[in-house]
Amino acid sequence: MLTLLHEQRETTLPNVDASGDALWLDRQDIEAATGWAWKPEGLCRDEICIPLPRDTARPIVDQDKLDLAAMWRHMGQPVVRDATASTWVLGTGPAQRASALTSLEAPDFELPDLDGNLHRLSDYRGKKVFLATWASW
Amino acid sequence: MVLAIAMDNAQGARPWIEAAKPSYPCLIDRDHHVADLFNLVNVPQAIWIDEHGRIVRPPETAGSTDVLRMMDRSNGSLPEPIMAERKRIKALYLDAVRDWAQKGAASEHVLAAGEASKRLAAPDPAIAQAHAHFRLGQHLLRGGQADQARAQFDEAIRLHPDSWNIWRQAAEKDSRGLAAGPEFWARVDALGEKAYYAPINMNGVQPHG
Repeated sequence: MLTLLHEQRETTLPNVDASGDALWLDRQDIEAATGWAWKPEGLCRDEICIPLPRDTARPIVDQDKLDLAAMWRHMGQPVVRDATASTWVLGTGPAQRASALTSLEAPDFELPDLDGNLHRLSDYRGKKVFLATWASW
Repeated sequence: MVLAIAMDNAQGARPWIEAAKPSYPCLIDRDHHVADLFNLVNVPQAIWIDEHGRIVRPPETAGSTDVLRMMDRSNGSLPEPIMAERKRIKALYLDAVRDWAQKGAASEHVLAAGEASKRLAAPDPAIAQAHAHFRLGQHLLRGGQADQARAQFDEAIRLHPDSWNIWRQAAEKDSRGLAAGPEFWARVDALGEKAYYAPINMNGVQPHG
């Protein structure tokens, strides 16, 4: 069993085990965990497809599985895992964050209030939003 | 409208929200996702987003000033002129927010796209990596793996030393729930010429240094 964290997703993959730095996942698990689709053109989301790298030192595809950790690193994005390789974070890279920010379109997110009700930033489209952070610490 | 985001877990944020009884939504961001998205480093920071979802003022210190560094650490007091300046800056910032609320795009504090882009700080690879370690650390901590979590936090702090959000969230808290002990002050002192709260870029506010 393996837990994969990406953005605000937390996905448990009961039939996946990993060791070392490779994370072999099939199409279904990749899409469930990250929202990216593995297609013949590459790894795709929305209008963007990133081709799989060729001539890698070790294979990135094995039959119906892709080493998503290697692909993620190829995309310039952080891959972090715990000591037992049972929990992985596929982070978002600086270039991806920067391009979202410099578009000046506020990146959307969804968070709970104290009662567990979820709010999306985009729920408040049509109003000016003063987004303010604070903490108890 | 105000959208308040606690860079905090529900347990830490709850007493404050219940005491303040705010009329606006207060969201709990236990994994500091918003800090990752907007490249935030401290609280309070604020972002102004217009009716179309566009950023018209990128992340900036929301009215706080670096006077905490002039605080008498034995009793938390500040000299009177410093207190007055602190109040002035906070009032100036809040007036700017009100001006925007009333005038919208016509407010002098709304930045043109070019200026807004110029003021945006994009994360570097180390920062992106740090947020991934922090995310894992929070997950491990919730799962009861405190030692493993600490290792992740230490790596996040090493990669992103400018983030007070990460450092203070991960730090030991005192009986008041504050990460404001000797280690905190040692880190503040180590800033040297760097700001703890970067000054806002607004007419009437002295730039840092």
